[in-house]
Amino acid sequence: MQPIIDNLPIFIDGFLMTLRLLVISGAGALVIGTVIAAMRISPVGAFRVFATAYTELFRNIPLTLILFFCAFVLPNLQVRFDYVTFALIGLTAYTSPFVAEAIRSGVNGVPIGQAEAARAIGLNFGQTLGSVILPQAIRMVVPPLINVLIALTKNTSVAGGFAVIELFATSRRLINDNGNATVAILIAVAVFYLVITVPLGQFAVALEKKVAVLR
Amino acid sequence: MTVLYDVPGPKARRRSLVISVIGGIVILGGLALLVTTLAAPRVNAGGVALPGILDPSRWDLVLDRALWRTIGRGIAATLRMAAVAAALALAIGMLLSILRTARSALVRVPAMIIIEFFRGMPVLLLMLFTLLVFSTGAYWAGVVGLAVYNGAVIGEALRSGIASLPRGQRESGLALGLTPLQTRFTIEFPQAFRQMLPIIIAQLVVLLKDTSLAYIIGYQELLNIGLKQGPTTFGSKYFFTLFFVVLAVYLAVNLTLSAIARLVARRTAGGRKHGSRRTAAVIAQLGGAGMDGGSAGSTGGDSSAS
Repeated sequence: MQPIIDNLPIFIDGFLMTLRLLVISGAGALVIGTVIAAMRISPVGAFRVFATAYTELFRNIPLTLILFFCAFVLPNLQVRFDYVTFALIGLTAYTSPFVAEAIRSGVNGVPIGQAEAARAIGLNFGQTLGSVILPQAIRMVVPPLINVLIALTKNTSVAGGFAVIELFATSRRLINDNGNATVAILIAVAVFYLVITVPLGQFAVALEKKVAVLR
Repeated sequence: MTVLYDVPGPKARRRSLVISVIGGIVILGGLALLVTTLAAPRVNAGGVALPGILDPSRWDLVLDRALWRTIGRGIAATLRMAAVAAALALAIGMLLSILRTARSALVRVPAMIIIEFFRGMPVLLLMLFTLLVFSTGAYWAGVVGLAVYNGAVIGEALRSGIASLPRGQRESGLALGLTPLQTRFTIEFPQAFRQMLPIIIAQLVVLLKDTSLAYIIGYQELLNIGLKQGPTTFGSKYFFTLFFVVLAVYLAVNLTLSAIARLVARRTAGGRKHGSRRTAAVIAQLGGAGMDGGSAGSTGGDSSAS
């Protein structure tokens, strides 16, 4: 226990870095994912093709490979950022297609009668989407989106393998210094992750129940 | 055809075509700009001119047999880890789902805690834990980390599969005089397994993708062999070539497996009209299982039965 208490500030630093990765790349992925989802259901063919290709491509590349590209290949091409920015770019790129898929499945999950009714009273594409489909879809989209964010929380640990000092990298560093407290340190890191993921999960469940009543 | 917008008339079709072409040109132009900027020939710090990425002198390696032998070794190492981890994950998943649906709370509650705990952990942390605490070496650390994490996810999927079966299945089993355990094994479990097959395969694709995490704990798999050792073997001017080869291999394997998963999903949905809608609901609730499946503390399956 003692090494954990002694090194608490280092843990907190790592935790804050994990939170930073989560919040910034989560926000970035939400924005890009929404744009991709909108392209995917748009009437314009070129946008649909691009969005589909983007989704399929980034979903099927391992996150490790994406972060490797950001951390080692991009600097080689004289793109100069620090490792945190590279990790943020990689995590955003990897997470955005999952956001897009969650949103798209929410839009598809709205009963077709709703869209038909909206069309029948003469609303156009934008009106149908904006005032009938999306308000309903957003409710259905939030729980899966939270699941995406929980997965993102866990995925930030991969950035620890690419020179970003977040929780996972912190644990490795501390274990090097305190070899006799390996188990305690790893369990402490696990608890820090659970501090983020468990409340998010509970929130998703609570929300799901609320939405289920509304429908 | 979607009902979100009218079936376009000639004018709208023309407009849509124009937007499509312009949009396509803008997208392609953006991509081309990105590629040419990144791939441009440049002079490095020592004053030596490097050829651009698309220069043929960087790509002659693709015709080299030694490269493909090396990549083959990497694929073999990756598959060796994925296959063992997948088998173990399936076994752990089945065991956990059986324990999780036990009648005695003494068994059920600990199983639930185990599932939720491991679903909420980064795979990388599980690998590191195994590596350092049990000093197993990188291969087994990777296998155990992947097996435990994905076992917990598969266990949860199987549990919601069992929960989504019509109640009559279990009741008729018991009415026939089978013991509760026999009912579970011979009647409920096979149906739940078949219903959850798409999710399980999707999770196995995730597992295969996640073998690349073992690179970080030092296992010699495709990424490590291709991108860390490759440039030293073949020369660092082939760094990008190697990167794209590794990328292409991962994409080919994962897209094939994903296509198989979709095919299986369609077949199971087509064969069992009854179960398909429930499966769809459970799949939706599990978040599509694509992005590393589940969430800590989310016992949502209980509410999805409604």
